[in-house]
Amino acid sequence: MLTLEKRSEPSQLWTALTPVLAVLLTMIAGGFLFIILGKDPFLALRIMFWDPLFDEMFGAYFRPQLLVKAGPLILIALGLSLGFKAGIWNIGAEGQYIIGAVCGAAVALAFYPTESLFIFPLMILAGGLGGWMWAMIPALLRTKFNTNEILVSLMLVYVAEQILNTLAIGLLRNPDGNGFPGSRNLQDYYSASNMEIWAGTGAHWGVVLALGFAVGFYILMNQHLLGFQTKLTGQSPRAAKFSGINPNLLIVVCLGLSGMLAGLAGIFEVSGPSGQITIGFNVGYGFTAIIVAFLGRLHPIGIVLAGLLMALTYIGGELAQMQLALPAAAIQAFQGMLLFFLLALDVFSNYKLSFKFGKVS
Amino acid sequence: MDTSTISPALLIASLIIASTPIMLAAIGELVVERAGVLNLGVEGMMITGAICGFAVSVETGSPTLGVLASILGGAALSLIFAILTQFFLANQVASGLALTLFGLGFSALIGKGYTGIKPPDLGSPNLGFLTEIPFFGTTLFEHDYLVYVAFGIILAVSLFLKYTRQGLILRAVGEDHSSAHALGYKVVRVRILAILFGGGCAGLGGAYISLIRVPQWAEGMTHGAGWIALAIVVFASWKPLRILFGAWLFGGLTVLQLNLQAAGVTKINFGIFEIPLQVQYLTMAPYLITILVLVLISARALSNTPGSLGKSFHVSD
Repeated sequence: MLTLEKRSEPSQLWTALTPVLAVLLTMIAGGFLFIILGKDPFLALRIMFWDPLFDEMFGAYFRPQLLVKAGPLILIALGLSLGFKAGIWNIGAEGQYIIGAVCGAAVALAFYPTESLFIFPLMILAGGLGGWMWAMIPALLRTKFNTNEILVSLMLVYVAEQILNTLAIGLLRNPDGNGFPGSRNLQDYYSASNMEIWAGTGAHWGVVLALGFAVGFYILMNQHLLGFQTKLTGQSPRAAKFSGINPNLLIVVCLGLSGMLAGLAGIFEVSGPSGQITIGFNVGYGFTAIIVAFLGRLHPIGIVLAGLLMALTYIGGELAQMQLALPAAAIQAFQGMLLFFLLALDVFSNYKLSFKFGKVS
Repeated sequence: MDTSTISPALLIASLIIASTPIMLAAIGELVVERAGVLNLGVEGMMITGAICGFAVSVETGSPTLGVLASILGGAALSLIFAILTQFFLANQVASGLALTLFGLGFSALIGKGYTGIKPPDLGSPNLGFLTEIPFFGTTLFEHDYLVYVAFGIILAVSLFLKYTRQGLILRAVGEDHSSAHALGYKVVRVRILAILFGGGCAGLGGAYISLIRVPQWAEGMTHGAGWIALAIVVFASWKPLRILFGAWLFGGLTVLQLNLQAAGVTKINFGIFEIPLQVQYLTMAPYLITILVLVLISARALSNTPGSLGKSFHVSD
């Protein structure tokens, strides 16, 4: 009889090993999925995971895309990881991302066409503040009225999407755009454009900031009291309370920080790779970042690696869409599967599998 | 404002249609949560049910088989959740999210060839003279079978939880799994059955959207209905009959919004001031009101929350 025995300490080996195993299992299961769909599994997997980086023809276009896509994912996932550790579930990062983008772009567009060095930092600040503000809604409702932050943050995603649509055809619409929805392109506005720093790498200021935050979070988690407090609250809310941690303050800090990072990701995206506020400008980074946070084991270095891998599935998915006529959502099925395997394998970090004969409790 | 084009009887009839999918999904999730499990994958199970029901109806030409397939599809997806959370003791929030992501992607993969097709009609029972009653005939007695099935399920769940031994066991497992285990109840088995029931209901709710309400297949066509169903469970403070009112409230808001749009109402006049009424504001209204309702009831609902909600159970704990 197989039984699970609880480990006294989570296994370090399994914690590190599970993401790798999960990726392998996803590839195998994905291969079977492709067979069912009538596609050659080896070709499909090569197109999704190998060609975007190493193919002679596509590589040059897709390689920079890796950092472009990984940047926002890492930025958002870092913020989420802090709350997830403490059992605070912000799953509305997508909404905070949208509001950050909208607020930042609004500030930049208000200055158009003035050129000044101050516009860029001001715009970024507004983006971060916008995301923070949007996350403060579930935070305050949770602390004041004990309202479930999962549902509120999620409902606010739909609200944010509608605000985005209203602004894209209303207040922020490009006055010279012949009535088409969408704002002015910030890439054409020098003072507000978030350009590639090194040509051909895809690295813009958002990517640099994401990596900077990863280092910052590493220090925060290991050296700072806040890191300890989030871990303790996640493992035992009662013990955390007795040790003098203010749970409400922790909720506000965790949600606020994750909202701010999502907002920053939004404004870097809208002023860089995507360029303008349009209907449906958001592509689901806020949701994928949840997987990134888990896949990265809620650990800053893990999140950077997981962000890169998820970015690869995005661009691989794009390539597969073009070459194999797979629907765009196929990639979501892949990402969901990856999370399934990861969560299932996770049990071995906390429990030991053992054979037992005779009576089982 | 000109609302003369909106007929109250038709409005209520379409309210019932609009509320049925979320009602089905919510009653399923209620049972799951009463057993102490939080499954955030309702949206994923709904959309899977929607495509399974749609594809099977189209392929076989039988809407009945389609409805059965949707229940099986939703339950099959929830089985993944059950295995993850009950055997592998995975975090329920993360597993539920994975389920939603997977369901959305998987349904899009299957549904690729099914856009733009009309599914076979499920038909409605002929309730004879009842349909002749003015007003109530149109509002209550001219619906398809599934509307009545949904009402039946809600009533059955309410009676089951209140008056049967099995219902009592289910609630015990949800309130305090350690005590239920000590009393000799099979916590994991009860929870798996509850999760499967929830998945079946969500799948059926999804099929209602793709087979009757729309009726067509489109990627991501549930548009967050699963999340609203989750909110309704909290709104109902985990009481089955209150699911009805929650679902009607949200169904009503959706219908009102669509009708106001169709009637071309562009502003609401409050005498001294006017509120411009854009499509976007109307679309976001149900979500904002969900939040408002959640806030209003959350302080009170706390006492009703199943004690073991969202916690993993393992005998060694």
